[in-house]
Amino acid sequence: MFPTFEEIQAAATNRWAELTAGGRPWLRVGTALCGQAAGAEEAAAALEAALAKRGLDAVVSRVGCLGLCFAEPLVEVAMPGQARVFYGKVNPELAEEIVASHIVGGVPVAAAALGCIYPEGDDSGGIGLPDLNRHPMRIKEQRIALRNAGQIDPLDIYQYVANGGYAALQRALTAMTPEEVREEVTASGLRGRGGAAFATGVKWKFLADNGAADKYILCNCEEGDPGAFNDKGILESDPHTVLEGMILAGYATGANYGYIFIRHGHDGPIERAKTAVAQAYELGLLGADILGSGFQFDLEVALTGDSYVAGEETALMEAIEGKRSMPRYRPPFPAQVGVFGKPTNINNVKTLAYVPEIIAKGGEWFAGIGHERSTGTVILCLSGALNYTGMVELPMGLNLQEVLYEIAGGPPAGRKLKFIQTGGPLGGVLGIAAADLLLDFEVFRNAGAILGSGGIIAAGDDACVVDLTRVLIAFCQYESCGKCFPCRMGMSHLLEALERIGRLEGGPEDLELMRSVGLNMQAGSLCGHGQLGFSPVASALRYFPEEFAAHIEEKRCPTGRCGEPHFAPRLSRR
Amino acid sequence: MDGLKERSSRAVARQPQRTITILSSLLAVEDELGYIPREAVAAVAEFNQATVNDVWAVVSFYPNFRTTPPCEQRIEVCWGPSCHLVGAMPVIAATLAAAGLEEEGDTPDGRLSVRYNTCLGACALAPVMSVNHHLIGRLSPEEAGRRVTQALGQSPE
Repeated sequence: MFPTFEEIQAAATNRWAELTAGGRPWLRVGTALCGQAAGAEEAAAALEAALAKRGLDAVVSRVGCLGLCFAEPLVEVAMPGQARVFYGKVNPELAEEIVASHIVGGVPVAAAALGCIYPEGDDSGGIGLPDLNRHPMRIKEQRIALRNAGQIDPLDIYQYVANGGYAALQRALTAMTPEEVREEVTASGLRGRGGAAFATGVKWKFLADNGAADKYILCNCEEGDPGAFNDKGILESDPHTVLEGMILAGYATGANYGYIFIRHGHDGPIERAKTAVAQAYELGLLGADILGSGFQFDLEVALTGDSYVAGEETALMEAIEGKRSMPRYRPPFPAQVGVFGKPTNINNVKTLAYVPEIIAKGGEWFAGIGHERSTGTVILCLSGALNYTGMVELPMGLNLQEVLYEIAGGPPAGRKLKFIQTGGPLGGVLGIAAADLLLDFEVFRNAGAILGSGGIIAAGDDACVVDLTRVLIAFCQYESCGKCFPCRMGMSHLLEALERIGRLEGGPEDLELMRSVGLNMQAGSLCGHGQLGFSPVASALRYFPEEFAAHIEEKRCPTGRCGEPHFAPRLSRR
Repeated sequence: MDGLKERSSRAVARQPQRTITILSSLLAVEDELGYIPREAVAAVAEFNQATVNDVWAVVSFYPNFRTTPPCEQRIEVCWGPSCHLVGAMPVIAATLAAAGLEEEGDTPDGRLSVRYNTCLGACALAPVMSVNHHLIGRLSPEEAGRRVTQALGQSPE
């Protein structure tokens, strides 16, 4: 039969001790999407070859994303009893040097090291490398959902358990009622991290109050927002925290079946999620009678084709049912009629990833972090014209200026920041002067932007706001599912107007057209895609009226990006 | 081509997960054949007790499904906002030029397909492309062109 949780924990503790104090070097290579794009597989292979050539006994693990994506491929070397050293931009030549110098000779390659982390209690200053936790990108971090990201092998359930994993589930199943689990989540003030920021505890109560026999928990990892990669990042770095959050959600709401929903083609997150599910079944953490509690929860990974709208909750249900991912009319709401006609709760990956720590440490602990009604942390994806691009988990309430200029290191040399784009393509464009905002759902909303899922794309002073707005609307037009008229036609009209303005052929009537079309989309569209479709244009007009005026009245683009010849990829759905 | 119906039917039948749908079946065929031939539409309809129309509705909705055989090499270039801001357009132009294409599509000899992608998920390493599902970030136009030439130089497996 299945092992007891104490047996699982004992095995996990032994394995972890073997890795961290077993006398063998432990090398961890970041192989999330960011690592892969930077050549992590080549780096890992070079490390393995260099170790094999010398007959060295060391462990090489492929881990997830540490967040410092700008420095990928990232390699961590932990020599027995010494500080953990982190190397950035490791190419095969550097990999060879690391093995020759650090592993064989015991001397870190200081020139290539980003920093190191000393063992707990060791403040000797030891090996003369900077403390990685004092790096601008890490110094303000408070890692809850990302607590294991980049630290553990996502394909090894025991490494998750060794770091406290599944203890919250075990405690909930043995010592807490479903109501008590929900109360902790409600007390935490946790709000949905998929974009809408709805209170998770309230959402769970809607489902719990439904007495139907079959109910579903869906985890949304569609994440089609360009500039957002934290859902995929969590799933490929620490899939078990998502699984544990889903099982807890199932217990708290009386649901017995779950789906993790990912876009086909994102192989890293898909494979790691599938492996995690299989491992959880093997140890009796999924299936009938979880940990002997009598609670049953089954889970599978469902895939969609390419469709941005499939991330909308009712469209997602259509896709799980195998249909075209087009949104449904509401009401009825998912908590009444959801996937396969059954009551359903949908949460974002990040939302669920917080739940195990909330149950472990209590709702009050989580509510004590953050700012006013935005409790806890926010997981930001920083991309665009910034020195330190990557994924950071910061307490809510920090100032966005601090994020951009200190944590992300500001723009590359010789550039100034001009604007940022947040909340995905349906979010807003925010002038840099207006980006003096606290990380808080309400503060962002009042500024005409969305904190949303945490994507922050920074544009330098060489970027044209008309040009970027056109790209955002081109995305929205391409991704409109076509079900409702205001969105289907509205997006096309917005795009055509922006293209005219971009070709320096637009007139004042194009602004009028966009405003009128935008209002109709807002009022008449079936889902958020159309309802919010005008936001990027509205916010760009709000912060950069003079730049639109230059294109329209003076027929000139201040950055020289627009006009003829004007290359833009022509998009079609076929 | 012979055996497309059989290969499709086998791919559909050996899906390991509990929930089998038209979409999951089509994705299984795509993984097996790289495209959705007419024969597969029939096989998927049969397995899911659906009509051919039901299946076409799904095939035609998701742009990842091709209905013609795939090229030997497959390149996707990202044009999402993160990539756009740090130079996706010159990367796309260089990619198309090296492939001898005017816009996204297949080369006339069927060796290489170039597709635009809305987000490949490695935004922190923009601009990004993928060559046969292998991600490459921090691209310059020159490097993008070199990757295309390299892909075209590879002999079919």
